[in-house]
Amino acid sequence: MRISIHFREPNHMTSTTLDQKDISDASADALIMVDGVPLKQKLAETTKKQRSRALLLTVPLVLFLVISFVIPIGQMLFRSVHNPAGSNVLPNFAIAIQDWDGKGYPSEAMFELFVKDMQNARKKREIGKTVGNLATRMNYTIPGTRSLFTSTSRKLSKVTEGPYKEALFKIDKKWENKVIWRNLKRVSRDYTIAFYLAALDHKFDDDGDIIAADKLYQIYVSNFFKTLKLSAIITFLCLLIAFPVSYLLSILPLRTSNLLMILVLLPFWTSLLVRTTAWIAILQTQGILNNILVSIGLVSDDGRIQMIYNQTGTIIAMVHILLPFMILPLFSVMKTIPPSYMRAARSMGATPFTAYRRVYFPLTLPGIAAGTLLVFILAIGYYITPALVGGEDGLLISNLIAYHIKSSLNWSLGAALGTILLVTVLVLYWVYNKLVGIDKLSFG
Amino acid sequence: MNLKKHHIAFIIACALVLLITGRISVLIGFFALFGTPLFFMKELPPFASTLDRIWQYTFLTICTFIFVFLITPILIIIPLSFNVEPYFTFTEGMMSFDPAAYSLRWYQDIFHNGMTNPDAEGSAWYSDMWNNAQWVRAMRNSFFIAFFATILATSLGTLAALGLSRPEMPYRGLITGLLISPMIVPLVITATGMFFFYSDIGLAKTFPGVILAHTTLGIPFVIITVTATLSGFDQSLIRASQGMGANGWTTFRKVIMPLILPGMISGALFAFITSMDEVVAVIFLADVDQRTIPRQMFSGIREQISPTILAVATILVAISIVLLSVLEILRRRSERMRGLAPS
Repeated sequence: MRISIHFREPNHMTSTTLDQKDISDASADALIMVDGVPLKQKLAETTKKQRSRALLLTVPLVLFLVISFVIPIGQMLFRSVHNPAGSNVLPNFAIAIQDWDGKGYPSEAMFELFVKDMQNARKKREIGKTVGNLATRMNYTIPGTRSLFTSTSRKLSKVTEGPYKEALFKIDKKWENKVIWRNLKRVSRDYTIAFYLAALDHKFDDDGDIIAADKLYQIYVSNFFKTLKLSAIITFLCLLIAFPVSYLLSILPLRTSNLLMILVLLPFWTSLLVRTTAWIAILQTQGILNNILVSIGLVSDDGRIQMIYNQTGTIIAMVHILLPFMILPLFSVMKTIPPSYMRAARSMGATPFTAYRRVYFPLTLPGIAAGTLLVFILAIGYYITPALVGGEDGLLISNLIAYHIKSSLNWSLGAALGTILLVTVLVLYWVYNKLVGIDKLSFG
Repeated sequence: MNLKKHHIAFIIACALVLLITGRISVLIGFFALFGTPLFFMKELPPFASTLDRIWQYTFLTICTFIFVFLITPILIIIPLSFNVEPYFTFTEGMMSFDPAAYSLRWYQDIFHNGMTNPDAEGSAWYSDMWNNAQWVRAMRNSFFIAFFATILATSLGTLAALGLSRPEMPYRGLITGLLISPMIVPLVITATGMFFFYSDIGLAKTFPGVILAHTTLGIPFVIITVTATLSGFDQSLIRASQGMGANGWTTFRKVIMPLILPGMISGALFAFITSMDEVVAVIFLADVDQRTIPRQMFSGIREQISPTILAVATILVAISIVLLSVLEILRRRSERMRGLAPS
């Protein structure tokens, strides 16, 4: 847009160059555009228009991401606290039972509602609202109660009149156990933190207090720590390996370094599965590395080393896969450090080591921060490589989440584990943004 | 003179290795590993001490080992894919370069696996291969999904990047953070969320569902590459163009577009390769009908590991080499256009 400025009192201005001071001054009121609007107002309007125009360009993509990415993840977060099984299957009973104080048995009216709701659920067989759904949900709370619900549901069809309490007790003696009713009351609530407790190796006891889970089921917290530990090891190894290479690339003449850069970028561009397959071929017991070690006599033929399908395999393969994410940011920072700084330090009497420690290393810190955080963030949520080469003990938290979503179908627990992982990653992402800035990300 | 001394020492070392092991292949390996650093060694100033020289050689040797670590896994699968035996390792015959130990049977298997009648002739064979061969089907799916995901991600991403790189863009940090986040959020979480949501709206187990997922995952790469190109973009060119009477569309077509095209293409290539390589979302969202190459490889590695996977992997390596070359050419072109050509 073209702005033409018309001065009411041209005598006051000797030049057409305006600085900010002139505009913000009281004399700025004197500046009126050809259409009679003061310049200040016109400028504000134009700026606003430009801002909304820039914003408008991003709107399609933001909308797209909200629908395809933000809402799905939000829905998953919701699933981790949402507990619909009770109120879906037994709608009337779920409301009534909340009035029970947990002492003695629920009232006969509540028993009646329970029986009626169970019969209804069996009759309607709506997806997600069957007795089976409730049975599965109760089974998470009290293992072994699944069959109690399903068999009772079959037998209840004969029960047409009260007393319902006695009828239930006749069908199965287990209903006399008050623990079941207390847990049923909790399961009937719409929202619960039970899945977060499970994800943190805790549970509700029969009185509704929070206690540690049985030793046998305490697997999640230790797995979180294992994931953090392995990610830290992988990140450290990446840094150790990437540092000399990035330094070499940064001091070589551009043509040579471009050539060597291909050796870094080719793995980066090669399919993840290709690289994982290659590591299986190299590291397995009958693989290339073991064959070489046997042929030069370092290990005996029956003493072949198990290097894959365990943590070692996961670490080696993941270091290789994530290495470019460390080399690229380190390289781009090191390239900007003038070599004359080191020479200056040396000329002032610093030993090579001192010059490196006091001058060069501090200047590489932004690159180290960028690379370390990026690799750590990516490592902590890795799924494919551990699933293929991790064996039993190389599995990370992502694999447990996938197991609950795909195999055990305890979606709420999977969602709770996922939420904890997501929060961890987002915190790291926020730190990354503060320290490095996401707009500094680049590839080659 | 000093370099000559190095060479003499190196030749002596090689002779020793040959004497001890008596194997040419070991010598070649030794020569490649410890000789490469000599190639990159710089002429040190005369006052450099022996310690400096040793340090430089050690440093370069370490770097050589790291480069070997980086590139070996990718190169090693190429010869392995020509193995005549169904093993994932080099056989005796392959080591002694016996032609009988090499074959193309695993490449043939790419086409034959899943065909109803691999011995048919002519057009019957082709239609059978095109419709029934598992790997061919996976490749068709992969390219189909990647093509549409790339187009969507590139067009939406470029538009947003244009907005983000304007100086007057409000909430820049927040929006950039949102647009980059699909790259940061663990894939399992993204895939899980999409699995639930897309199941509810009937997109799970369909091509559009997988395409949407891959578009989402490719967007950060487009944003990053295009904004990087635009960061060196001289905004006054837009005003100059407008000053000479061009309207918005003409300015975009004649001024902005040619300058950001290399960035757009490399962003598109990134989105393409991301989609071609993506497997987690496919595992969660796709049915047998939408199986892609990585999905097929994933189950191949888990269930029945056969060198056909290596043959497919070799083809994928070839594809990535082609894409990387295109990218490198584009980068050079872009540098030339912006006057940053290598000296």
